[in-house]
Amino acid sequence: MSQELMQALVADNHKHPQIESGDTVRVHVRIVEGTRERVQVFQGVVIRARKGGNEANFTVRRIASHGIGVERTFLLRSPRIEKVEILRRAKVRRAQLYYLRDRRGKSARLKERR
Amino acid sequence: MKGMIGKKVGMTQVFDEQGTVIPVTVIQAGPCYVTQVRNQARDGYVSVQLGFGETKPKNLTKGQLGHLQKSDLPALRHLREFRLADDAGIEVEEGQEITVAVFERGEMVDVIGTSKGRGHAGTIKRHGFARGPKTHGQSDRMRSPGSIGMCATPGRTLKGKRMAGRMGNDRITVQNLSLVLVDAEKNLLAVKGSVPGAKGSIVIIKPANKRA
Repeated sequence: MSQELMQALVADNHKHPQIESGDTVRVHVRIVEGTRERVQVFQGVVIRARKGGNEANFTVRRIASHGIGVERTFLLRSPRIEKVEILRRAKVRRAQLYYLRDRRGKSARLKERR
Repeated sequence: MKGMIGKKVGMTQVFDEQGTVIPVTVIQAGPCYVTQVRNQARDGYVSVQLGFGETKPKNLTKGQLGHLQKSDLPALRHLREFRLADDAGIEVEEGQEITVAVFERGEMVDVIGTSKGRGHAGTIKRHGFARGPKTHGQSDRMRSPGSIGMCATPGRTLKGKRMAGRMGNDRITVQNLSLVLVDAEKNLLAVKGSVPGAKGSIVIIKPANKRA
């Protein structure tokens, strides 16, 4: 019963598609700079997706300039997440794709799911 | 008289308008009923007794049931008294129902609960002592308390010396927690921060003693 009661507090603004490991996503994040507000886009591969009501989160990894890997974790139900677009879904055999951290270039590719 | 008895549901987090995460403890509070009003003339002190948690009548003694029947109330498992300074502060009558509507969002409250029992705990866990060295020839000193006193003067261990022993299962008050959410429909309160006790344990919610 306590689980049901907790459910009552889960934010219902959750309009994003189902995000899974291996998805290539484009995350639109609202960023407040002083009084100005703008939307920043972060695009990369989801290497982890965790459930858990308001605490649900996912980590996106992208290769920035000079081949440096950048990972960013987003809270799925945060109002700061404007939109999540799924560009591509890949066939993966594990839930946490941490092995991608040790790979680069060709070996870091994922096979597309159909 | 303002206060409630509730049950700790658990912790989660909510977002404010800016998207900042607020850690909250969810409490299922009420509906509470005023089971008895004690006044200066009859009882020598002033307090309001609240009841919470409907249960089957067979789970209570006849004495408890009789006490509740006086105000025509259902069988209630938990009764707690709320002390007041004088008769003027009572403002409620026996049999009255009290819901979370007495509280407002943003208000500061104190929450009283019973902390989780830790059993017989050592000095590191119980008093925050530092542990001894792990290496350099040390044996069986890692979690030992060290010296507990001087030598021939005074020749005894001082009273109140912190040592191992029973820890937890104490009545603990957490002051000045802000109410993040009041859900009158589901009888839920959410306070910012943590509250003593395990999930499902009984807590008391009062307006903050030292209003912030």
